[in-house]
Amino acid sequence: MSVTNLKLPQDAAPPHAARVIAFSRTARPGASRRLPAALMTALTNLVPLLVTLSFILVAWQVICSAPDSSLPAPTRVLEESWELIAHPFYVGQGVDQGLFWHISASLQRVAIGYALAAVVGIALGALVGQSALAMRGLDPIFQVLRTVPPLAWLPLSLAAFQDGTPSAIFVIFITAIWPIIINTAVGIRNIPQDYQNVAKVLRLNAFEYFGKIMLPAAAPYIFTGLRIGIGLSWLAIVAAEMLIGGVGIGFFIWDAWNSSLISDIIVALIYVGIVGFLLDRLIALIGRVVTRGTATA
Amino acid sequence: MTKSYLSLELIDKSFERGGVRTEVLKQVSLSVDKGEFISIIGHSGCGKSTLLNIVAGLTQATTGVVLLDGRVADEPGPDRAVVFQNHSLLPWLTVYENVRLGVDKVFGSSKSKAERHDWTMRNLELVQMAHAADKRPSEVSGGMKQRVGIARALAMEPKVLLLDEPFGALDALTRAHLQDQVMQIHAELGNTVLMITHDVDEAVLLSDRIVMMTNGPSARIGEILDVPLSRPRRRIELAADRTYLKCREAVLKFLYERHRFVEAAE
Repeated sequence: MSVTNLKLPQDAAPPHAARVIAFSRTARPGASRRLPAALMTALTNLVPLLVTLSFILVAWQVICSAPDSSLPAPTRVLEESWELIAHPFYVGQGVDQGLFWHISASLQRVAIGYALAAVVGIALGALVGQSALAMRGLDPIFQVLRTVPPLAWLPLSLAAFQDGTPSAIFVIFITAIWPIIINTAVGIRNIPQDYQNVAKVLRLNAFEYFGKIMLPAAAPYIFTGLRIGIGLSWLAIVAAEMLIGGVGIGFFIWDAWNSSLISDIIVALIYVGIVGFLLDRLIALIGRVVTRGTATA
Repeated sequence: MTKSYLSLELIDKSFERGGVRTEVLKQVSLSVDKGEFISIIGHSGCGKSTLLNIVAGLTQATTGVVLLDGRVADEPGPDRAVVFQNHSLLPWLTVYENVRLGVDKVFGSSKSKAERHDWTMRNLELVQMAHAADKRPSEVSGGMKQRVGIARALAMEPKVLLLDEPFGALDALTRAHLQDQVMQIHAELGNTVLMITHDVDEAVLLSDRIVMMTNGPSARIGEILDVPLSRPRRRIELAADRTYLKCREAVLKFLYERHRFVEAAE
């Protein structure tokens, strides 16, 4: 009995193998159809978005088409702000610049403030995450300060710096730093005991431990903080620039409101949204590349 | 003082939590000669991992001292390299970089860059992992990870190699394969090895002496068994070997009689 049982699968093997070959043959014509297939996936992802967008545009058009409407319909936005849409690189006098230059000025402020927040935030987060004493001393202060709305810092920083641009950069810094500190600290507190033991056996010094164990082990958490931080920075810069003036997308919006150019505001908002989205994706992408190894810990 | 290479002198360890004092180890003394392979066996919770951590310097003994090569060893260091139970490779480094990290740290001043590279590769070859040098730990199997862990420890040229249930998480076939490899490496390099295990066959197969721990709390060394089997040892020949079977029986008897005794006492 057992002998016949053993033989059966052996006999059954050749048809199995044949089936596998046959399968790969039928799969080959499918491979040549891969490009259309990729197109199909793109379409299935894009079509719902396009449908939603057109629905919004149509609804907007219908609602705002009344002659006494306070907001312009999409067609009117295109008509009134065509100059602005068509010439993003326009260079004029003072604050009369193309949208690209406004966005770029805002991005520069964000870049400086955010970079400072990242460096100081990771350092402070490492301190709080590593030392129970520092945690007891600093964490309550962080928890209180992080609830202060970004713009509430602006008058104070204007008083301190006596100038608009450093004040705006400070507001970005103070907005972005809290999530970076808190997430870094959590990441460092969660470093597995195993890695700490490895570091001890190898006798890594504090500097080596920071670079070789702490930063990579906490990287996924740090990037969560960085991603929240960049979103908050972009939220804060628009508000801060409305108050400090000069070239920048925030002041552009405020200026457009003062000149009753509602269509320009709408175009600027679309720019702000897209840039914010790209910033978020950029940090997420950097995070994915950097934490490639750690994610599978 | 004793003249042995590694000696544990009257190690006591107790933990205090919420005012309650728990004694884990009591008066553990052990002398290990250079090149000896010692297994420490006992039921889970008997403090054998604590004992290994004390030797490694990762845990401090409450009283007692660990002497290695005539010096007090109370801090962790690469002279007592540990192969951890769950491999503990750094997932963001490749297999090569994991081993190299230790090599750079230990030989950073005494070996040139090229020598350190060669040494890293030689140790990977020793555990037959050179082919996967550029892979990340997540890309290799559990047995391979443990082999890299062994290579990392060996590459530090430790005075004592500490193995903390190194094969516990592996399937039986992989475990047997790795045990053979460890025996071969031990024969080749003559390392002094202290291994924690709860596998009776593994203990008898690999060790020169088996240290049997009583059940915790207040675990002590119950008995030390000599394994007078000649090397090299082959598991298939040993399966019917009388000395092997007798050693095996002695360990089993110790573990199960003690175990029953403690259960009855509680």
